[in-house]
Amino acid sequence: MQLAILAGFVVAGLAPLLHRGFGARTPLLMAMLPAAFAVWLASLWPVLADGESLLLEWAWVPGLDITLTFLIDGLSWLFAMLITVIGTLVLVYAGEYLKGECDLPRFLVVITAFMMSMLGLVLADNLVALFVFWELTSITSYLLIGFHHTDPVARKSAQQGLFVTVGGGLALLAGFVMLAQAGDSWSLAVLNERGGQLTGHELYTPMLLCILIGAFTKSAQFPFHFWLPNAMAAPTPVSAYLHSATMVKAGVYLLARLHPALGGTELWEVTLSLVGAVTMLTGAFLAIRSINIKLLLAYSTVMALGTLTMLLGLGTEGALVAFVVFLLAHSLYKGALFMVAGIVDHETGTKDVTAMGGLRRVMPRTAVVACVASLSLAGLPPLLGFLGKELMLKSVLAADHYGGLILLLAFTGAFLTLAVATIVLLKPFFGPRVETPKTPHEAPAGMLVGPALLAALSLLFGLAPGTLDTLVEVTVNGLGAVEANVHLALWHGINLPLLLSMASLVLGLLVFRYWDGVRRRLAWLDPLIHRGPERGYEKLMAGMVWVAEWQTRCLQNGYVRNYLVMTLLVLLGLVGHALLVRHPLDIEMSIDAYFHEVVVAGLMIAGALAACVMRSRLAAVAAVGIMGFSIALIFVLFSAPDLAITQLLVETLTVVLLVLVLFRLPRFATLSAPAERWRDLVVAGSFGTLMTLLMLSVLNGERLPRISDYMVANSQPLAHGHNIVNVILVDFRALDTLGEMFVLALAAIGVHAMLRFHAAEYDAGHGQSGRRGNNG
Amino acid sequence: MESLMAVTIGVLFATAIYMMLRRSIVKLVIGLMLLSNAANLLIFSMAGMVRGAPPLVPKGLSAPAGAVADPLPQALVLTAIVIAFGVLSFAVVLVRRAWEVVRADDLDRMKDTDT
Amino acid sequence: MVRSGTLILSVAARLLLPLQLLFSVFLLLRGHDEPGGGFIAGLVASGAFTLYFFAYGRGALSKMLKVSPRDLVAMGLLFGVLSTLPAWWMGEPFFTSQWWTIPVIDFKASTPLIFDIGVYLAVVGSVLTAITALVDTDHADDSRD
Repeated sequence: MQLAILAGFVVAGLAPLLHRGFGARTPLLMAMLPAAFAVWLASLWPVLADGESLLLEWAWVPGLDITLTFLIDGLSWLFAMLITVIGTLVLVYAGEYLKGECDLPRFLVVITAFMMSMLGLVLADNLVALFVFWELTSITSYLLIGFHHTDPVARKSAQQGLFVTVGGGLALLAGFVMLAQAGDSWSLAVLNERGGQLTGHELYTPMLLCILIGAFTKSAQFPFHFWLPNAMAAPTPVSAYLHSATMVKAGVYLLARLHPALGGTELWEVTLSLVGAVTMLTGAFLAIRSINIKLLLAYSTVMALGTLTMLLGLGTEGALVAFVVFLLAHSLYKGALFMVAGIVDHETGTKDVTAMGGLRRVMPRTAVVACVASLSLAGLPPLLGFLGKELMLKSVLAADHYGGLILLLAFTGAFLTLAVATIVLLKPFFGPRVETPKTPHEAPAGMLVGPALLAALSLLFGLAPGTLDTLVEVTVNGLGAVEANVHLALWHGINLPLLLSMASLVLGLLVFRYWDGVRRRLAWLDPLIHRGPERGYEKLMAGMVWVAEWQTRCLQNGYVRNYLVMTLLVLLGLVGHALLVRHPLDIEMSIDAYFHEVVVAGLMIAGALAACVMRSRLAAVAAVGIMGFSIALIFVLFSAPDLAITQLLVETLTVVLLVLVLFRLPRFATLSAPAERWRDLVVAGSFGTLMTLLMLSVLNGERLPRISDYMVANSQPLAHGHNIVNVILVDFRALDTLGEMFVLALAAIGVHAMLRFHAAEYDAGHGQSGRRGNNG
Repeated sequence: MESLMAVTIGVLFATAIYMMLRRSIVKLVIGLMLLSNAANLLIFSMAGMVRGAPPLVPKGLSAPAGAVADPLPQALVLTAIVIAFGVLSFAVVLVRRAWEVVRADDLDRMKDTDT
Repeated sequence: MVRSGTLILSVAARLLLPLQLLFSVFLLLRGHDEPGGGFIAGLVASGAFTLYFFAYGRGALSKMLKVSPRDLVAMGLLFGVLSTLPAWWMGEPFFTSQWWTIPVIDFKASTPLIFDIGVYLAVVGSVLTAITALVDTDHADDSRD
């Protein structure tokens, strides 16, 4: 499975090649990938239905206890299923939506990579692996929001989404580290069994707050909600997939996943339920304020995410059941509605709901789909959305903390959602026919199949909620509730939730009736809940740029010497302080050298000093050469044959290199004033003294056990090599050597590029050297 | 011997820093060479200097008979020598390019990005 | 600046090149057991090629090498990375060394050896890239001045 996901990334990379071969049919081909995953997941269902969960283990970095183990239980199965099924439909839809787009291959690469990251995220059992996938979704989402990269608005939104989610990601990483420390494991499956140990731990509060920031930024909770509507700059298939059905649910997923480990405390319940409820209300108000169909849907997504967070915060068995049902219902109808919005936009050429109407006559099939999906959004029977809303209201009524406040917020959210649903449905599709920039036609089959299927599922599950019983039960059990016994049904008799539902229906319709007036009246809320957080973000970014400019002006003023002197003084200060003050300086000088060794050391010193005072370039190079060869001698004398050979060879090549270049370079000139030279002499002298003292005190210090003892002892038995130095290079520490090979390669490429650029400049015939070229 | 090397290394570092603080770009390159040599020597001698016991396992044995020189700093220094050569060639070419474009030997005249 | 061709240099380069290359391969192969190894062998080989290059010029060198030095760097990196994969195949952590004995000549082949060959190629490639690039632009300047 792990390999399959990694292979998915490879397939993503192959999309441009496929596109060359299959052209416009490539998206259909790529859709096979998530479809195959969906089939595989479906085949696991019988095991999960028995209440088992699967742990697919695969060591990744065993030395650091990082594994790529996948945990498949009800919760991750549900998410993975949504990701793959909606992913398949979105790819089919995108094939039609982006037909003729020249960047289609790029789109396919990124969205497939996103799909795989998201799948990895929900299946990962190890915190590190989960975090890696988490960040991958942020990055791919950035690329998708900025898909129309020539549009400055899209670029800005993409950047905003990236900063907010990745910034939250940093907090999340800190939270994960604390979590792993407190729980003494990186595995989610293990951590979830140690709930008591974690909630009682002294790090619990900081750890929870860090994780919450990560989850809230990802799932666009108040006050981080502002990036999600801006992300609507992405092509509609992306909005349908990332910003409604999958990525924004990653935060919610994480909270649900950690619910058994971290949930159940008052801090958890109060924070989650209040933030969730506030987000819900914010989203609902902002949705009412919008006239852009995609924005309407985006804000209603913010609202739904708030609802989900709130339900997790309540944490009772009923709330968790509501969570699962609402999650499923939302993914189905929101995916469908976004795709419908895409169709409407595509066919009419506008996103403004007030500028369209009567579309049901020209696109009847789309209208039917829109009808079903938005009734589910509105929470009307017999759709799955109704079920979700009923369960939500029921669990809110049973809330422990701040029950009244949350109920008020939830009820307001519910009737505003109903108003949004009516706006999305009635404005474009009913009423008198309005002229639009493009003449609309019925959507092609490829674009209709996705939303139609999702809407059909909403209806099906709504009519026969019993089919979901096992799924919900398995998922809720995974969320840490006691053995839940779930029986979903549409009709519960006349009770309080039903009455609230009916009240919200009436209020919602009223809001719709007086929408224009309501919208204008609500304008005063804008600065508070919309502009406010976003302005804060902008101020923060501007402040960062200002600080960066200020410190660049101060520290990086363009004089190489100043950089060096500053670095050296800091080093001198810190190391000198540690050396002289923190530890008593304990130095023992002992000269136990043979005469010839002293001569070699003297040669080195002489060579180095001569290199400084020589007035001729060649003499200076020769002096450095003498020093280099003396070092080779030291290596010979002190048991380092490999080093001696290397040093000799490199010295020789260095001389060749310098001779090639040196005479193209200016002669030495005395540029500094005497005072400057004295200053430099003092800095250099004190640095040299520091190094000498440092080395002497290290030599006299306590010797810690050497790691090389292991290498000496195991070089032959383990690595079958007699030359220990070479064994270290190519076996024990081969990864380091690989890195060094890359450094060499980079240096070579750098050299080549600089000289190539030079030649190109001559060809172009501009710049100073270019002019010389033309004259010559 | 280590004490003697400590003094030598100190002098090497001092000369390297002095040369790197000059305004002439060619002197900067020479300073760089001195610095990398000094650093290599520092790592090498810090681990203790042993005469006549190279870190080799004799044929037929599975571990060296007696104490040998520490192989780890040797491995570090070996790659460092080669990398230093790569970096030096990069620096030399950079200096040469800079000289060709700016025609100035003085680092103080190269402080703007657009000259 | 560099003129190809005094007689002694040409003859020496032609005679020394095969010897030096042979020596470098020798150093490479014995590196695991005695002083030598990829870095040293690579430097010896680059020295040999540099000498040949000064004696006969760029054209002769590229004719002999068949590939550009930059491609050697890339090949070196590729060998380095490839040598990490067999362990994966065997189900062991990335980079674990694998040993095979080739029957007839009783030669120990191993992933560290492949890795060392990668080091060798990367070193030869980078050194030659630097030196040929410098000389190339010298010639460009000379022909223009």
